[in-house]
Amino acid sequence: MSRDHVLHKVRTALSRSVGQSIEEAPPVRLSIPEMDIEQRIAAFCARIEALAGKTHRAASAEDARAYVAGVVAGRSAIASNATVLRDCGITALPGIETGITDADQLRALCATAACGISGADYALADTGTLVLLSSRQEARLISLLPPVYIAVVERQRLLTGLDELLSLLPHPAEQTSSMVLITGPSRTADIEQILVRGVHGPGEIHVVVI
Amino acid sequence: MSAAFDEKIHATLADPKLQLAVYTATGRLIEKRRKAITPDACPDYQELRSHANDVKRHTIEHLDYYLEKFERNVKAHGGQVIYCRDAPEVADFVLSLAKERLARLIVKSKSMTTEEVDLNERLEHHDLESVETDLGEYIIQLAHERPYHIVAPVLHKTREQVADLFTERLGVPRETVIEKQTMIARAVLREKFLAADIGISGANFLVADSGAVVLVENEGNARLTTSAPKIHIAIAGIEKLIPRAQDLAVFLKLLGRSATGQPLTVYTSFLSGPRREDEIDGPEEFYVVLLDNGRTKVLADREKRQSLYCIRCGACLNHCPVYRKIGGHSYPWIYSGPIGAILTPQFLGVTHEPGLPFASSLCGACAEVCPVKIDIPKILLELRSEVKKSEEREGASRLERLAFRVWAWVMRHPRLYEMAGVAAAALGPSADGGGWVCKVPFNVGPLRAWLSQRDLPPSPPKSFRQMWRQR
Repeated sequence: MSRDHVLHKVRTALSRSVGQSIEEAPPVRLSIPEMDIEQRIAAFCARIEALAGKTHRAASAEDARAYVAGVVAGRSAIASNATVLRDCGITALPGIETGITDADQLRALCATAACGISGADYALADTGTLVLLSSRQEARLISLLPPVYIAVVERQRLLTGLDELLSLLPHPAEQTSSMVLITGPSRTADIEQILVRGVHGPGEIHVVVI
Repeated sequence: MSAAFDEKIHATLADPKLQLAVYTATGRLIEKRRKAITPDACPDYQELRSHANDVKRHTIEHLDYYLEKFERNVKAHGGQVIYCRDAPEVADFVLSLAKERLARLIVKSKSMTTEEVDLNERLEHHDLESVETDLGEYIIQLAHERPYHIVAPVLHKTREQVADLFTERLGVPRETVIEKQTMIARAVLREKFLAADIGISGANFLVADSGAVVLVENEGNARLTTSAPKIHIAIAGIEKLIPRAQDLAVFLKLLGRSATGQPLTVYTSFLSGPRREDEIDGPEEFYVVLLDNGRTKVLADREKRQSLYCIRCGACLNHCPVYRKIGGHSYPWIYSGPIGAILTPQFLGVTHEPGLPFASSLCGACAEVCPVKIDIPKILLELRSEVKKSEEREGASRLERLAFRVWAWVMRHPRLYEMAGVAAAALGPSADGGGWVCKVPFNVGPLRAWLSQRDLPPSPPKSFRQMWRQR
């Protein structure tokens, strides 16, 4: 069997024996800067805009709903089952499909919808990143298939950066099969290094911070 | 240096358009990286490099431990791990799974490891359609070429060439606007994603403590490949392991900055196992193929095993004055540039292209920019010495073959044979006191080697032929 063959070759190459213990790994290197919430929001929005994403700081749930309604502008949209979307009344907007729990139905809707709307489990200030954990609330394809993507983030979910995320979630696999970090619209520069947005994922991103 | 290597180099040097394309593209990538690692943009860049080197060394030195740990954790999350010795084993696994599941269409996201094992070609022989979905890789697949660069596979192609290719292969009207070309590919590939039975990805990192596959990308094709089809297969070299999810804090910062000057790429996926019961979408089956294909051979060399630290960022290619002149397709294998110059001889043997380790000015730019601090020039020097040693062995055996050809010719001509015998007896051996010959005046090559262990009997006063005639 190739498993034993390969592992045997690895051990032989390293002069190690089966089950031999190991030296301690180098310590984890995480550094979390001091940043108050206002600084985080400002840095987060600035980064997203630098990546050609749009941001909106919503003063209230109604404000958030109004902004999302403006972006959707009557087009077809699919919203995730995130509580924040329901709480803001976004799922109740006309023309928005939501509450989907069937994979095939979700996929069919995502493939045709103009806009995908989700919440975010966390957001990273220093890189302008949205963090989504696949769950009953959040599906993978909503932030991926529709050409326009809208994320609604509660301000208390804003972390300083990747280091803080990994210190809060040292073992993401215990919670989800898929954690995805989204930093700006989908892009490519494969042909002549010319930047094009919206290759396979959404080319337009809106982030609403409540 | 082989004639093929020499020819390809000269063809690239003689093509001014290609020279400009490669020089400009690598120049832009150099500039993007430079801006991303300034003290303002990344104050602890050098510390991150040192730390990454420490973590990689630790992982590689204890690779068996981390492989088993990774395997346990993949299984714990409902996935499966398959070890493969070589390319045919990878293809066999994919083929047998495809057959069992009645799969016809495979979508692939960019992976150097699958390039290494020629997966697409092996699958096509069995009537399976395997489609590359990264824009650059898709163009490469349509053109039947191999990637020009680890990170930017179509760095050598102009929009005009892409336009011709799309018209020829997709039957679309000629389109030279890059945005529109991208949308053509998007439309074609979108259909493939939604119809595909299997998604095959590579892995940028394998996280031992999570049993997770980490993928970084900008387009979203890797996310689609790993989310839309019912089956996800990740194919990765055994060296891709890192111990903990928290180590990503170091490696992700280095990878994006070194490759494209991005603090983080657009998408980073952390995937462990198939979709869980309470999740809405995602694959139902999750497999990780761990590939040897020569890596354990590299691992056995204490000095050169650091070659396995590579995270495939491509920075050494961009900064290499040789790569920038001779381009990616001059290199004898899919790994080009300085990292290719050290990986190829170690994977395929130093005689595969003996000129390769010498195609370097040893300027050290590669080592300076390497995010995991691989000492590429030092490894190049070691490989040069291995090439020389192998050539010496080869040279000695060439002389031996020549000697035996002469011998055979002489043996076929009795007159000549006799004369040679007389000449040898007259010229050569001077016997010592006991009559045995310990040295000869033309003491070279195989003769010297022979005499170093043995003595020759003294030559008789008359040869057998002389005695026969005088009988």
